[in-house]
Amino acid sequence: MGSPVKITVSGANFFYGSNQALHDVSMEIRPQFVTALIGPSGCGKSTFLRSLNRMNDLIPGARLEGKVELDGENVYSDSMDVIHLRRRVGMIFQKSNPFPMSSYDNVAYGVRVNGLTKKRIELDEVVEKTLRAAALWDEVKDRLHRSAMSLSGGQQQRLCIARALAVEPEVLLMDEPASALDPISTAKIEELIYDLKRTYTIIIVTHNMQQAARVSDETGFFLSGRLVEFNETKKLFTAPRNRETEDYITGRFG
Amino acid sequence: MKTKFRNSERELKPATTFRPNVDPNVVAGVSPRSQFRHAIDRLAEILISGVAFFTIAVIFLIFVYVGKEALPLVWGTSDGATIASPFTGPFTWQPVSTVPKYNVFPLILGTLKVTLIAMLLGTPLALAAALYTAEFAPGRIREWIKPAIELLAGIPSVVLGSFALLVLASWVQDAFGIVYRLNALTAGIALALAIIPIIYTISEDALTAVPRLYREASLALGASKAQTAVRVVFPSAIPGIAAAIILGFGRAIGETMIVLMVSGNSAILSLDPALPVRTLSATIAAEMAEVVVGSGHYRILFFIGTLLFLITAVLNWVGDRFNRRLRERLFGSS
Repeated sequence: MGSPVKITVSGANFFYGSNQALHDVSMEIRPQFVTALIGPSGCGKSTFLRSLNRMNDLIPGARLEGKVELDGENVYSDSMDVIHLRRRVGMIFQKSNPFPMSSYDNVAYGVRVNGLTKKRIELDEVVEKTLRAAALWDEVKDRLHRSAMSLSGGQQQRLCIARALAVEPEVLLMDEPASALDPISTAKIEELIYDLKRTYTIIIVTHNMQQAARVSDETGFFLSGRLVEFNETKKLFTAPRNRETEDYITGRFG
Repeated sequence: MKTKFRNSERELKPATTFRPNVDPNVVAGVSPRSQFRHAIDRLAEILISGVAFFTIAVIFLIFVYVGKEALPLVWGTSDGATIASPFTGPFTWQPVSTVPKYNVFPLILGTLKVTLIAMLLGTPLALAAALYTAEFAPGRIREWIKPAIELLAGIPSVVLGSFALLVLASWVQDAFGIVYRLNALTAGIALALAIIPIIYTISEDALTAVPRLYREASLALGASKAQTAVRVVFPSAIPGIAAAIILGFGRAIGETMIVLMVSGNSAILSLDPALPVRTLSATIAAEMAEVVVGSGHYRILFFIGTLLFLITAVLNWVGDRFNRRLRERLFGSS
């Protein structure tokens, strides 16, 4: 199609020891798109997501065959600096996981460990800017220096998004970011995703098909470690090409 | 076919869901059988509470006994010892001279000196080892390193004391060129050996208990493994680590056998770690067996016991307060 591509995955096979979790997955992810990954539990969508910023490296015995490229650069080459990669490809987890420190320190953490700035004024700016971007500033500005653990679940998750944004990533990986939240908090996160896609490339794993339909531009359906169908979200949900996709989105299994 | 199946299912329903196997004369939930169960539950509850109270009572009574034996000091013993004698007169502990001197400051200073040396040496070592095992050690090394150090905690202090007396003391004396073979430094080092396993084990548990999610979040932000360990995992485990340090301190201050064997047992009022030293606990251990029951000296020894107990209690309380405040700052609640 000739449109730009942010991440290219080609022929990815992923193994946990001798257990193969991904089978020959290829996918092109476009910049400033929201790409949703759906599929039943254990279908490999989270594994796929975590292979994009090499979080799977932490699991002993895990290995990937095939290629993952970020802006044409092989993510799994020896010359790839994993720390730099993870700064460019941020991640939001299923369970909100703010560090047990103040909201301010949470957001500033990534900036500090990456040595991006040491000046207090600049740090203050980054914290305010990212908290605004995560639509959390007004709620926490008066309690910035209190423990982030005292925030509500939805606020904690938005704090985690702010924390990820603070290191200025290009891609955001979201692993079921709203699955533990109530509908109102979920709506806020979805709104946020909508706003963020102007700046970032977002890939979101979700169990909630309505959510995928609402927030994403393109959707990939995984089943048993294979990418069964990958298409524009509208097309995938209204006119799936594949029988298994249709069965899944109409709720016949999953 | 389908409708037929549904019909047969409906017909079956009453038989499968309604099971009148409960005696209709008994009110639901209080059949004789469940009454019996309830009684058993009550009995177990009472029994467990009883055992718990008994244990607490025994510990409490020990304290009462120690305090009671020291109590006559308040109105003075027949041989002239009073509650003031541990804090007056020259800074000398000479309980069996013709004019007995019961000043406990040299003993308190000695205890603090040895404990401080042990803590300064032991705490960083134990914490570094714990951080290494929890965060950096490869699986196989971790598997034997932890049990090995925990085994160290099981070494009887008399064995540690013997090692310190026969081997360590010579090493320390040679290394630092100290005049007295037995001194506060040697005792402190030996004591460090006793508290390292305690601080190590508990803080390692605290570090391992830090949720994996914190580590992942930190690494996903582009932090290195070392940054994650030092800036996220360690601070998150601080409440547990503080508890480990307090327990180590308690052990150090109360430990008797090691200091009795290697401290030299001279009640000298000095900050010099190269001098022999006498601690509160070693004083009780050394003198209690030979003291005349009911004498001023006897009472003073019990007073020292009370003092030790109070020091540890206050310390625990302070540590607990500190821990609570820390927890509040980190996690927003205690």
